[in-house]
Amino acid sequence: MDFSQQFPIVFASLNTGFLQTLRLFAITLIGAIPLGLLLAVAEMSSFRPLRMLIKTIVWIIRGSPLMIQLLIIFYFPGLVLKNPIWGSGETGRFAAASVAFVINYACYFCEIFRGGIQGIPVGQEEAGLVLGMKPAQIFFRVKLLQVVKAIIPPMSNEIITLIKDTSLARIIALQEIIWAGQSFLKGSGGISGAIWPLFFTGIYYLAATGILTIVFAKLEKKLSYFR
Amino acid sequence: MPILEVQNLRKSFGETLVLDDISFSMEKGTALSIIGSSGGGKTTLLRCLNFLEKPDSGIIRVNGETLLDASASGKADFQRNIRLKRLHFGLVFQSFNLFPQYTALENVMLAERMLAKEQPDWKERKQARIREIREHGEMLLKDMGLQDRMNNYPHQLSGGQCQRVAIAHALALNPDILCFDEPTSALDPELTGEVLRVIRGLADRNTTMIIVTHEMTFARDVADYVIFMDGGVICEEGDPREVFSNPQQERTRQFLSHYSQ
Repeated sequence: MDFSQQFPIVFASLNTGFLQTLRLFAITLIGAIPLGLLLAVAEMSSFRPLRMLIKTIVWIIRGSPLMIQLLIIFYFPGLVLKNPIWGSGETGRFAAASVAFVINYACYFCEIFRGGIQGIPVGQEEAGLVLGMKPAQIFFRVKLLQVVKAIIPPMSNEIITLIKDTSLARIIALQEIIWAGQSFLKGSGGISGAIWPLFFTGIYYLAATGILTIVFAKLEKKLSYFR
Repeated sequence: MPILEVQNLRKSFGETLVLDDISFSMEKGTALSIIGSSGGGKTTLLRCLNFLEKPDSGIIRVNGETLLDASASGKADFQRNIRLKRLHFGLVFQSFNLFPQYTALENVMLAERMLAKEQPDWKERKQARIREIREHGEMLLKDMGLQDRMNNYPHQLSGGQCQRVAIAHALALNPDILCFDEPTSALDPELTGEVLRVIRGLADRNTTMIIVTHEMTFARDVADYVIFMDGGVICEEGDPREVFSNPQQERTRQFLSHYSQ
């Protein structure tokens, strides 16, 4: 089979894989942003044991490879607890990957959020207080937009990293784009021993990160009206 | 009846006694200057009056109403109605503390809008109330000589203009007593004049004010009464002309001599 015959088959397969990549990307963002915010609030609590607990969790999650976390979350229930909650299908693998990614990214987001919130000068809070504003009003009306502006650069970094990190889910055989590209090495759709589909997946990541870069630049520009 | 009475106010941070038994009172429509070297407790006193710090003991009374009896009240008592207590006082910070994402006018309107929102008639009178608040804000900024700057963001304004917005900010809720915490200390020397002129204008209209300042000439000219603080205590107080030209305490003489050269 020559290249022009291979291309449509590979293209269709990579598209399907990339759709799974994007699904994992979206689920991670949807889950990790609120969870990260919750962790950040908990980490700023005046209750010391809670603070220490969050710091420990963040240390463990950020301090160990995401690939190991994926393996533990996927295999631990079935192989150790003899309770295979994820099942054996693609749906189960996707659920396990989602849990691992949400927890992992929530810990990174938590630190970004906390830094952003604590970076707002204390004078902003005090100015709101002496004007008789409630703490919630001060947070939403005064601080929030300043926090959002401050965390856009680190968040864009993390989110661009996330789209590439989804490829780690290959280790539990999630059928994302790397898995799809690799399948043509061993043999799939009548094609075998082809390395170029794996290389070609890079184009998809470049396109996705390109779009994200543009979106974040736009967002940054939109908030550049104040300093 | 004095508008403000402070009795035996005491505050320490850890081992350091910052305010040691501070008592004074002031009448409505007068201006009080507090002078003294840095670290003497002036700013802490203003922060206690605005409930940004909880005094260890002492009483703060406004118009005869006891807002705080620190020795009698625990932390929960201090927090109760703290927002309403704060509204008796306005505070202009040394570093302005404007909200960067709002224009000058939006800054001035914000607190009043938040308060209006809590009124029961907010929903049916929303449009009319917002118009009133806007007009009030515009009037305050015009008063500060900022009619051309209302729609500028803080980063587009000079330090002096920012501080004048901050004064309008503090005036928006009609506080009984307006406090200034070294309002010109963060400004270039050539910008202090415009801020001092505005404060002088407020004094001419009998705004009740407490001004912590290092501008001695200004303190002498504008204030009806002056307090010299050092090491957390009131060293000397009285009519500004008396205190500045004929200080009784050696410490006051020393302090003022730095400014007369």
